[in-house]
Amino acid sequence: MSENIALELGLEAEEYQHIKEKLRREPNFTELGIFSAMWSEHCSYKSSRAFLSRLPTEGDCVICGPGENAGVVDIGDNKAAVFKMESHNHPSYIEPYHGAATGVGGVMRDIFTMGARPVANFNALRFGDPEHPKTKHLLSGVVSGLADYGNCVGVPMLGGATGFDTQYDDNILVNAMCVGIARQDAIFYARAGKPGNQVFYVGSKTGRDGIHGATMASASFEDDTDNRPTVQVGDPFAEKLLLEACLELMQTGAIVGIQDMGAAGLTSSAVEIAAKGGVGIRLNLDNVPLREPEMSAYEIMLSESQERMLVILKPGKEKLALQIFEKWQLDCINIGEITDTEQLEVMQHNERQACLPLDMLAQPPLAPSATAAPPDPAAVPSAPRTTAPVPVQADARECLLKLLNSPELGSRRWIYQQYDQTVMGDSIRTPGADAAIVRIHGSARALAVSVDVTPRYVHAHPLEGGRQAVAESFRNLVASGARPLAITNCLNFGNPKKPETIGQFANTIEGMREACIALDFPVVSGNVSFYNETRGHGIPPTPSIGGIGLIDDIARIPGAGFNDAGDAVLLLGETRGHLECSLYARANGVPDGAPPPVDLNAEKRNGAFVLEHIRNGCIRAAHDISAGGLIAALAQMSLLGGRGAVITPPAPHAHPNSVLFGEDQARYVVTCSSGNTGTLLEAAKAGGVPAVWIGTTGDANLAIEGVTSITLKDLREAFESWMPVYMRSD
Amino acid sequence: MSIAVITFPASNCDRDAAVAVEALGGRAMFVHHGETSLPGNLDAVILPGGFSYGDYLRPGCMAAHSPIMREIKNKAEAGMPVLGICNGFQLLTEAGLLPGALLRNRDLLFIYREVHLLVERNISPFMHLYRQGAVVTMPIAHKDGNYYVDAETLKRIEGEGRIVLRYCSAEGNANIDANPNGSLNNIAALCNGAGNVLGMMPHPERCADAVLGNTDGEALLRGLLQA
Repeated sequence: MSENIALELGLEAEEYQHIKEKLRREPNFTELGIFSAMWSEHCSYKSSRAFLSRLPTEGDCVICGPGENAGVVDIGDNKAAVFKMESHNHPSYIEPYHGAATGVGGVMRDIFTMGARPVANFNALRFGDPEHPKTKHLLSGVVSGLADYGNCVGVPMLGGATGFDTQYDDNILVNAMCVGIARQDAIFYARAGKPGNQVFYVGSKTGRDGIHGATMASASFEDDTDNRPTVQVGDPFAEKLLLEACLELMQTGAIVGIQDMGAAGLTSSAVEIAAKGGVGIRLNLDNVPLREPEMSAYEIMLSESQERMLVILKPGKEKLALQIFEKWQLDCINIGEITDTEQLEVMQHNERQACLPLDMLAQPPLAPSATAAPPDPAAVPSAPRTTAPVPVQADARECLLKLLNSPELGSRRWIYQQYDQTVMGDSIRTPGADAAIVRIHGSARALAVSVDVTPRYVHAHPLEGGRQAVAESFRNLVASGARPLAITNCLNFGNPKKPETIGQFANTIEGMREACIALDFPVVSGNVSFYNETRGHGIPPTPSIGGIGLIDDIARIPGAGFNDAGDAVLLLGETRGHLECSLYARANGVPDGAPPPVDLNAEKRNGAFVLEHIRNGCIRAAHDISAGGLIAALAQMSLLGGRGAVITPPAPHAHPNSVLFGEDQARYVVTCSSGNTGTLLEAAKAGGVPAVWIGTTGDANLAIEGVTSITLKDLREAFESWMPVYMRSD
Repeated sequence: MSIAVITFPASNCDRDAAVAVEALGGRAMFVHHGETSLPGNLDAVILPGGFSYGDYLRPGCMAAHSPIMREIKNKAEAGMPVLGICNGFQLLTEAGLLPGALLRNRDLLFIYREVHLLVERNISPFMHLYRQGAVVTMPIAHKDGNYYVDAETLKRIEGEGRIVLRYCSAEGNANIDANPNGSLNNIAALCNGAGNVLGMMPHPERCADAVLGNTDGEALLRGLLQA
């Protein structure tokens, strides 16, 4: 085997030398393919592992942190939430429909592999400039793919975050998140058990699709390469059957361990399950159900055909498993056994096709860039910074309506109207508010889930942006009346071989780490997607954060908008009028400056205050303040509740626009009955939470005294029309 | 009241239907599509929403040939109430128990939305708890809900008063602006000549729980339990 083939398969020259030395022989072609998949960035985290270890992964609620198929947290009553976010960026750019669809499918399998029934899907999407010739095609393909897959399996898609920026023109982001619920005493892990245990293949047949998908997802795009054969094809019908069959089998006590065949297919599932147990595994490829004849060992081992699982059964339970899979019309076939060799052995046609040490496959050498200490934040190259002052004299009404009628703040209804939001009968709050809320089936409790990131902040200052993404997720959960529990994430970055990318990555993680520690909001699962780069241009760093929180009593969920007339409107948190790096600044043509600083103590204090007064019934509606500032939050609450408000801008000494559009953090708009205003303001004062009365709900207009008055009709027209008009235009 | 909820491969509203029926005091029994007989002492059948057989060929087409369907046809002809929701409605048309077909939505996209519905007929076993002419709200969630039937049959079923629900505005106008999917005459639900087989695209089982913010579907399920 020549080094050239190794390089073609995506291995580095040093890695190839390392393999030869360790094996004391030349690997064959199949073995090189296995190495290249297992050592790809996507599977091995070789550039990110050292930094990821900085993230806090423990907390009172954590049952299982990173390292398994998904994270698991305690939600009381012997129930656990199992959740994870995954990227499907590269395949979705090549083939938007199937790329996105298989992203949903893959992350749902991560959830039900652990014994949890998926209860809600989410996504974080980033597209290029709306005017870029490919954007509309990519957007409609991705949304259809996400919708068709999730809708068919019958799991509600309850929310997400969608953004547009020209820096994603050639590298869109599709991050899919799934939340499931399991019994704490029935959680399944990737375990191999004892030598002699039999290995079963369940689910769809193996074809030639997606071969080397993990390697493709670990490289930048160049011109004119046809990447199509590396994209998998999704079949949600098979997924639904696999879901039901697996959950049924899990109830019988027949399973020792189970692992989804995701990236790098049979290779990674076999390696992970055996390496974790310190045992070996022998696979007989002659038994693998194939979609097309005469597939080579290389193709079978690297196929990323979807809707497949590897299951280790307890001895004597084979017949039971066969019966269940027959009922669901799926294959369930013995393809090997657990051994004591600590090797991966692959047999086909009575010949040994590969024999490799598992510890070596599971632990590739770290990439050189990943072993260095994180660079000093000040030295990290960031987006070009402006120090130019943001002009404050723009017309507030015009500016708000412009933002609402734009890719920045326009309604995403065109997207989420394609998602089934209420199948499963537990969706309490569907897309459009701060966080989605899904009842824990059969109980009076619920989970709140929010997906957040503000790439312009992270790009301008990775450390602050990393903090902010976590803090915003925290606030959105709090505003929904949920106690924040833990997060998953999908860290989308450029080429890790470039020092600036690693600098951005290391600092983003430091920011996330600080926020997660300060807010007691640990990371329990996640995914890294590097090489979001085309012809040398990378994306802005985009750490999508998926946070979940627990609502103890569904009778205590605050409103998301101005539902009642005559309520007092209060602004909580300190308003300084930070306009740099804001949507207002962008709308006025000012390049991004420094993002608003995140005071984590204030976040924690203000969040705890809001939560306490939601629980005691004092706060009737709550909304976090983020992109677009106070005025955007007021507009959103007016639209959500179908009622306006008369607002007196706080801080009369400052220019109204900096108060209205500033994106200072740790802030909420809340409402309470007018009789409770004094109590709430006093409690805030006692708790050290800046709070000020700013108005009263109940008008047909959103009126900002001395500034403007906008009818709800005008707000709604601006908010709802951007995307449908855009999608209809040629 | 015992109600069979049929589970086809990739039915996905079967649990929702059963939960809603049980919450109203009924007894729900899941029946696998591969069965050839229904349980004894049965009062009604629900064909739930979902994507039976992944919508292969046409939505509901494969499921219409499932073993259990022969028995369901017999019971329907004998007068047992059969309610088809969403994929269940598609299936009823494929099985010939209701006329017409559900085509791809006018705008070719999946639509999830709460829609207003005009109660056009309230004398079937399902609808007697609604006031005729009432406007109710229920969610729709489908890609193929564009009701079509030939002109002659349309005239006949309209004449026989078999249209049960029509898509309408908040004020009850069943006009083109209130038509989400292109259905002929804004038809959202219709029944057979005897009135015991009802097919509907909206999901009553998803709006029968106050916690979820809408209980307009409850009267339909309650009506079925009283049939």
